[in-house]
Amino acid sequence: MITLSNINKTFRVARRQAGFGRAVKALFSREYELIHALNDVSFTIKDGEMVGYIGPNGAGKSTTIKIMCGILTPDSGMCKINGRVPWRDRIAHVREIGVVFGQRSQLWWDVPIIDSFELLRDIYKIDRKIYKNNLDELTVLLDLSELLKTPARSLSLGQRMRCEIAASLLHSPKILFLDEPTIGLDAVSKMTVRQFIKRINAERGTTVILTTHDMQDIEALTERILLIGKGRILLDGSLTELKKRSSRRKTLVVEYNGSAPEITDDMTLIEKKNGRLVISLDPEIFPVSDAIAYLAARTELTDVSVSGITAEEMVAELYREYHI
Amino acid sequence: MKKYSALFRIRFINSLQYRAAALAGLATQFAWGFMEISAFSAFYRANPAAFPMEFSQTVSYIWMQQAFLTLFMMWFWEYDIAASIIEGSIAYEMVRPLDIYNRWFCQITANRLARAALRCAPILIFAFLVPEPYRMTLPPDAAQLFLFLLSVLLALCVVVAFSMLMYISLFYTLSPTGVRLFIAVISDFFAGGIVPLPFFPAPVRAVAEWLPFAAMQNMPLRIYSGNIAGMDAFAGIGLQIFWLAALLAVGRLMMSRALKRVIVQGG
Amino acid sequence: MQLYIKFFAMHLKSQMQYKLSFFLTALGQFFASFTVLLGVYFMFSRFHEVEGFQFEHVLLCFAAVLMAYSIAEMFGRGFDQFPQMLGNGEFDRALVRPRSVIFQVLAAKMDFTRFGRLFQAILVFCYAIPNSGVIWTWDKVLALLLMVVCGSLIFFALFIVYAGFTFFTVEGLEFMNIFTDGGREFGRYPFSIYGKRILKFLTFVVPLALFQYYPLLYLLDREKNMLYMFTPVIGLLFIIPSCAFFRIGLRKYKSTGS
Repeated sequence: MITLSNINKTFRVARRQAGFGRAVKALFSREYELIHALNDVSFTIKDGEMVGYIGPNGAGKSTTIKIMCGILTPDSGMCKINGRVPWRDRIAHVREIGVVFGQRSQLWWDVPIIDSFELLRDIYKIDRKIYKNNLDELTVLLDLSELLKTPARSLSLGQRMRCEIAASLLHSPKILFLDEPTIGLDAVSKMTVRQFIKRINAERGTTVILTTHDMQDIEALTERILLIGKGRILLDGSLTELKKRSSRRKTLVVEYNGSAPEITDDMTLIEKKNGRLVISLDPEIFPVSDAIAYLAARTELTDVSVSGITAEEMVAELYREYHI
Repeated sequence: MKKYSALFRIRFINSLQYRAAALAGLATQFAWGFMEISAFSAFYRANPAAFPMEFSQTVSYIWMQQAFLTLFMMWFWEYDIAASIIEGSIAYEMVRPLDIYNRWFCQITANRLARAALRCAPILIFAFLVPEPYRMTLPPDAAQLFLFLLSVLLALCVVVAFSMLMYISLFYTLSPTGVRLFIAVISDFFAGGIVPLPFFPAPVRAVAEWLPFAAMQNMPLRIYSGNIAGMDAFAGIGLQIFWLAALLAVGRLMMSRALKRVIVQGG
Repeated sequence: MQLYIKFFAMHLKSQMQYKLSFFLTALGQFFASFTVLLGVYFMFSRFHEVEGFQFEHVLLCFAAVLMAYSIAEMFGRGFDQFPQMLGNGEFDRALVRPRSVIFQVLAAKMDFTRFGRLFQAILVFCYAIPNSGVIWTWDKVLALLLMVVCGSLIFFALFIVYAGFTFFTVEGLEFMNIFTDGGREFGRYPFSIYGKRILKFLTFVVPLALFQYYPLLYLLDREKNMLYMFTPVIGLLFIIPSCAFFRIGLRKYKSTGS
């Protein structure tokens, strides 16, 4: 159980001046500005939940994660994770969490992966039997058997990320923090990583907190999302609900033989070329089935597909709505 | 030329931003100079007759060395130049309408000047204010001062031309750190970076005075202090010009060969 | 301790991946201190003695300081490179692991290329120990051992102070070089030659003289008092404020994140 209540955090940042004269002046006196990184942030995450933590760069995502990991102390407010205050009881706390920073590696660059793993076993004082079980399980699930003997420097980004994730799960943490785990990965690796995270969450009941800019991660993984902007929690709810709440409009893509059909005023044309037509419509006004029937009556349709709003579009809409 | 003065300005402003770094650097170099002078003064007290320079000359030598440290030290390294060779992004550089040798030469010179510009004035002011025997003295006359300035400029160019050879050698070697450290150490030693050349034993000194390293910090520092004066100073500047020309010629030759190799191998 | 040995093995394994670069760098390190040695030699071939110390006496001092420093640098590299660790987030990683922070920083970096310097120190000892005119009774041997061991611990404490400063400023660190690099460079001569004020400073504030000048006097029979032999041990007290300083910095880091 993770509880954050009324967390505040402010940073003081020196203002850098442009121009020669000002740079000289800054030698003697310097101006500072206060940045409210977190403003009264509160939320609760239950055991075994999978939460997507989203927001634009600089919104306060990583500050929150750092506080939950025990790296940072907040100015005020309380954070309790499994009954502990992370920054007061650091060592006991971090034993129960796993952290993956997508852009920084915890693997040794020049030695085989298995050596890094064994060092982690000693750092976390993992029981040999548990270590062996975990390693075997992770090797199978993440398909690591070929990689374990290779040094990290000769792995591809995707392979390395699989090893990173395994590394942070060796000590069977109750909570897993994933900071942009799919950044820079190719499509296949992304899918493997997502499937794996889902499984770990379902089978081990590991609580997963995921920050990402890739909305497909969110769509594939998390039911609940937390949106943060300018240091405030703006939204806390389920993805489906949010989708419903935002735009209801549907996108209709049809392919046809012969001449292009006329469309009515209730349909908005997005694209039309080479026997392909993309139309956007509001199902409340013009039901999708009616639209298909309407088009089928006017031309020979060869393919039809309907899609709702994507998570990507929805988040873009949210950002616009909250001016963040 | 405009490009390089802009480069100089940016570097200078950039280093101004870090005021604590500038102050810390000053404090370090000041303490360093102070300790060096203390050590020399202990040797001076032990046997003034064996001292090969006048003591005040040694003091000036050391303060000048600290003030212009960033101008002459071989171990300052331009990481972006080295990286462009090692990682092969030099191919992009070759597309630009600028001679690469000149470009790098100016970049290194501008960087060294920018670093020194910030530091030299405060150190020199301190050095003129501290009590005897640590106080620095002015050169005997204006002519000597002028020769000194000329010699500083030449020494800087020799240092840069020499370091260009190290960068160019990166085209050929795979493990630059060790070689670089080795060359930097040797050249600083023979340029009088650790002990001024007059303190070398006579036979070693006789050789060292003719090496290209002697055309580096050794020459301007000794001209300023008055240890090398009159005709000797002109001869010294002649030596600097000779080595500068030689290093430039060798550097350009090596560079064009290295670039041909890059083209043939496709980077 | 066992874990430290494991880290040690990992570092050795990593660095041996680049054998050529490793040996060339070690060689470069060797030459770097060799030119300093040469400088000392040049000075003594001209002046023969300074403040009553002869070349061989000074070499004892030179080698003890060099050895102490290179050991400290080899194993305390984590603190020496702490600004980089802080900059690239490696330190945050240490904070999410269930081990003491100081231990993790210590174990995070080791640099065996410093062996080049250590080797130099050994060679100089090989020459200076028999030629210094010291009669090597057990107490003299112990004194020399204390110089090296306590010396590296004190240099080590200086690295910790250096790392501690990183929490407050990443820019102003250069001045610490006066004590670390400077300690090594100027420690080539007995600290008394730099004058009384500096000797006092290096005795009571930054206790470099405690493992260099005073035990050297004992070695050379200039002081018979056993206290001089044990001054390096007194110097170890410096470790206490150093660690405390690092902890203060760490607390500040945790509250500001910078």
